[in-house]
Amino acid sequence: MGKIETSVHRRIWVDKLFKTLIILLSLSSIVPMFLILFLITKNGISVVNWEFLSQLPKPVGETGGGISNAIFGTLWLIGLSFIVSVPLGIFAGIFLSEYRGGKTAYLTRLSIEILQGIPSIVIGIIAYVWVVMPMGSFSALSGGVALGIMMLPVIVMATEETLKLVPDSLREASLALGVSYPRTIMKVILPAGLSGILSGILLGIARVAGETAPLLFTAFGSPFMNQNILKPISSLPLTIFNYATSPYPEWHTLAWGASFVLISFVLGLNLITKLVTKKWKVQF
Amino acid sequence: MNHSMANVAVPAASSKIKMQYKWGISEASFRRLLYFAGLILVFLLMAIFFSLVISSVPALRQFGFSFLIGKTWDPVRGEFGAFAFLVGTLMSSFMALLISMVFSLPVSIFLGEYFRHGNVSTFMKSVIELLAGIPSVIYGFWGLFLLVPLVRELETKLGVAPQGVGIFTSSLVLAVMIIPYASSIGTEVINLVPADLKEAALSLGATRFEVIRKVILPYAFSGIFAGVLLALGRALGETMAVTMVIGNSNFLPHSIFSPGNTMASVIANEFTEATGSLYLASLIELALVLFIVTTIINILGKLIIRKMSTEK
Repeated sequence: MGKIETSVHRRIWVDKLFKTLIILLSLSSIVPMFLILFLITKNGISVVNWEFLSQLPKPVGETGGGISNAIFGTLWLIGLSFIVSVPLGIFAGIFLSEYRGGKTAYLTRLSIEILQGIPSIVIGIIAYVWVVMPMGSFSALSGGVALGIMMLPVIVMATEETLKLVPDSLREASLALGVSYPRTIMKVILPAGLSGILSGILLGIARVAGETAPLLFTAFGSPFMNQNILKPISSLPLTIFNYATSPYPEWHTLAWGASFVLISFVLGLNLITKLVTKKWKVQF
Repeated sequence: MNHSMANVAVPAASSKIKMQYKWGISEASFRRLLYFAGLILVFLLMAIFFSLVISSVPALRQFGFSFLIGKTWDPVRGEFGAFAFLVGTLMSSFMALLISMVFSLPVSIFLGEYFRHGNVSTFMKSVIELLAGIPSVIYGFWGLFLLVPLVRELETKLGVAPQGVGIFTSSLVLAVMIIPYASSIGTEVINLVPADLKEAALSLGATRFEVIRKVILPYAFSGIFAGVLLALGRALGETMAVTMVIGNSNFLPHSIFSPGNTMASVIANEFTEATGSLYLASLIELALVLFIVTTIINILGKLIIRKMSTEK
């Protein structure tokens, strides 16, 4: 009797110990997140002001200067990648949800999954080979192509997932009213899944806005406010990389500021995405 | 009067119908358009693969298989062997995997078993999601200014050369970066474990710990393994954070603290200054190797997960 009791006590004790251990390890795995946010806010927020956001960078040795070229460049690159990926991505997503069982759909889905796993630096090389080499210079366009390829899988998957949730009754009602198949897709099915597609696009933007590796040898970076898509252009992550790895403390300060701006942008987009999904969820 | 009004109205209505008809394209061509969009993606992937192969032909022809086992990487003499980068990549990734597993598995159990719903779970999930959303250049910056000094202190205590940067530091950064990937898949598969199995064990008098150890983990093992595999795929190809803290040395690393280079980081460092077609082709061949390895790992991981979720 006593033996059984001690064994039961031991098992209960082990059970409690295990739970405590799991909770402790889980909580400690989110500590880095707060360390990162704390460090960047602490070092970055004092740098960010209107001058910082609106001025061009100054040469080494001069104090002040801003990152307006990088902010502008990031927005420009996002716009370009949007054009490259969103129309194609949405149509491919419709294709996958409409022709779920087919062989082509299987191949497309497989390609998308592989595409999503390709390291971003490899995508950068592809954009270099496809755009930079033939045109003979680094350019905003090549950066947009690289980021567009990275955004594609996110948009295709989001579109497919949402459209799958749209019930068949909706499509049947539309078809029964004599509406053609293309119009049913474009005017009934697509609008019904709009929130999911929108959140997919936002997530895609959040994903590529922080990408540096594919831009190293495509967009390349430029200290000027460049509006020509055939010329090199700067971006926030590129600026952070260049400033952070430089030996000058003043530049490190600028890098903290730029990191603060970038992380606010990316996390803000994530937050908006969550709100969009929550507010306009596909519900039938 | 009625008559004349009708006469006026009819042409207007018919032109409207015509316009609507014009607006929509025929069903057949719309279907073709959809198929086309799907096929473009297949072609895109194939084009990426063949572009990499074609662009690395000079290196493939010059070095053949010895590219991967050659120990010297000397652009000046035109000798390119990637063995040091192969070792650097494997060392940093596997070490990162080991470190991150200590945390990602508990997170999976935490979210998949102990706290499946409620505020704690929502909070934890959101934070992990944010962790996945932080750009890698920021991880690198953070590693450079927080982890590098810490590692340097550790190295002084251990009596190795206190450089701070090196393979160990990059594994630490990588470990933090891949926690979200491994843990989210782990959570999913632990959630998939049927309730009746767990209840059966509990009703036999098993404690929660025993249920987790004897029922949940064996059942979810292959899925957890798949999650780890996909996280490995991430770690192998991660570039910026690694480049910033690994020390960028082209020599074979002799300990876990020595500086090194991974395949991705060497591309990031040297691609823009690569002169000569052989140099460029060698770097592109590294990208080809990365592409092939991550693709195989990804397909394997996805297959395991698909098999698990269809078995239910």
